[in-house]
Amino acid sequence: MVQAERLVRTFSGRRAVDDVSFTLHAGDCLALFGPNGAGKTTLLRLLAGLLAPGGGRALVHGVALEAGPAARAQVGLVSHASMLYGTLTARENVEFAARMHGVPDAAAAALRALAAMRVEDRADTPVRTLSRGLQQRVSIARAIVHGPRLLLCDEPYTGLDEAGAAALTATLVERREAGAALLVVTHNLAEGLEIATQAAIMRRGRFVRHEARELLDASAYQSQYRELAAVDG
Amino acid sequence: MADARVSLPVNVPPSTLGAAWLVARKDLAIEFRTRTAFLSAVVFALLGVTIFYFAWDSTAVSAVDLAPGVLWVIFTFAGLLGLQRSFGSELADRAIDGLLGAPVARESIYVGKALANLVFVVGILVVTLPAVVLFYNLPIGAGILALAGIALLAAIGLVAVGTLFSAMAVNTRMAELLLPMLSLPFFVPIVMGAAQSSARLMAGRPVAEAWPWLRILIAFDIVFVTACTLAFPFTLDE
Repeated sequence: MVQAERLVRTFSGRRAVDDVSFTLHAGDCLALFGPNGAGKTTLLRLLAGLLAPGGGRALVHGVALEAGPAARAQVGLVSHASMLYGTLTARENVEFAARMHGVPDAAAAALRALAAMRVEDRADTPVRTLSRGLQQRVSIARAIVHGPRLLLCDEPYTGLDEAGAAALTATLVERREAGAALLVVTHNLAEGLEIATQAAIMRRGRFVRHEARELLDASAYQSQYRELAAVDG
Repeated sequence: MADARVSLPVNVPPSTLGAAWLVARKDLAIEFRTRTAFLSAVVFALLGVTIFYFAWDSTAVSAVDLAPGVLWVIFTFAGLLGLQRSFGSELADRAIDGLLGAPVARESIYVGKALANLVFVVGILVVTLPAVVLFYNLPIGAGILALAGIALLAAIGLVAVGTLFSAMAVNTRMAELLLPMLSLPFFVPIVMGAAQSSARLMAGRPVAEAWPWLRILIAFDIVFVTACTLAFPFTLDE
């Protein structure tokens, strides 16, 4: 379903993503860990079609990223930044995203996405007046409103309270069960491993570990990850 | 797990023009809520007209000779205020990533932005043009429709170039400075064509006399609307 083959991206001579390959089937969730500057965000931006790869290729649901709109239609992205317009309300932001993706009955879809993130009661509030956590919930609603087949999440739990985190986990599980593939970048191993079917550690642009979740010993994994993070951190 | 069990919705992304309309409507909604850029540009334009009026020695230069230059210089600089914010609103919280991630042709983003900017710039003209006519007591009369046509042609050219350069400049540290520096040289043919053709109309001459300058404006619009639309996707590559 999602196939990355030897993906490379270089910035000013430095390889931010270096020869990364993996495959995600429908319902798979790859939890991606790594220290700051490991290349995780760059990898997500490549898969979202926001950056062109310098080498290799990626197929999303059989469509090559180079296909442009056809590939981007399959992808949802939750980024560090909210990607929202502060002046518009939560509903308007999510509805705009739905219309740009050609979702039938965009208004109803927007409300459903906001309800999934338990923020529908603030639907008509301008986003700039919402707290950071509520903005994050609206941002996630914006990313899932079109039912993406690949959902890319970059630190999605940042700023969320307990209810928000629970809503996000429930939404991610629901997306996965509907057949979407997930790629979740996080520094929190417990959160990441909770829903993962695969786990990988990225360092200096490369996957230095990548295996199925069921093969992992969570406590040993944690110490190994800390060693890697300490090396680069 | 097999891909066959995927039961996700099938969406039909909007056409290029449909997406452009969505982008334009969103931009206009944002501007309508805040009105900061529009009000600033209108106040700037009216202050400009007033300052030029009081600096004018009516015994040395006739109103008909001065007014076209005043109108188009003020229009150009007031328009730049609007163009500046066009992509600025996309950078806050990286909303631009949401646009670029949408399954629409990148050209539609440019067309949508340009449409919203055109409404903005025409709005400035709707206020500035009557102000110049009133301040300089111009005998426009029947030429008002032709003058409105010139204004629209000039606005299209200004917006075509300005929207592209706004996208290019917005990611730089000196965006406020870079946009005028990039745009103003390209605005020269627009200001020349608009000023020369409107001067003839303001002097009560027939439209036929303004035609050679109008042709330049039309040619500029065709060339730059096409070139800027095609060039726009490359300005967004990181």
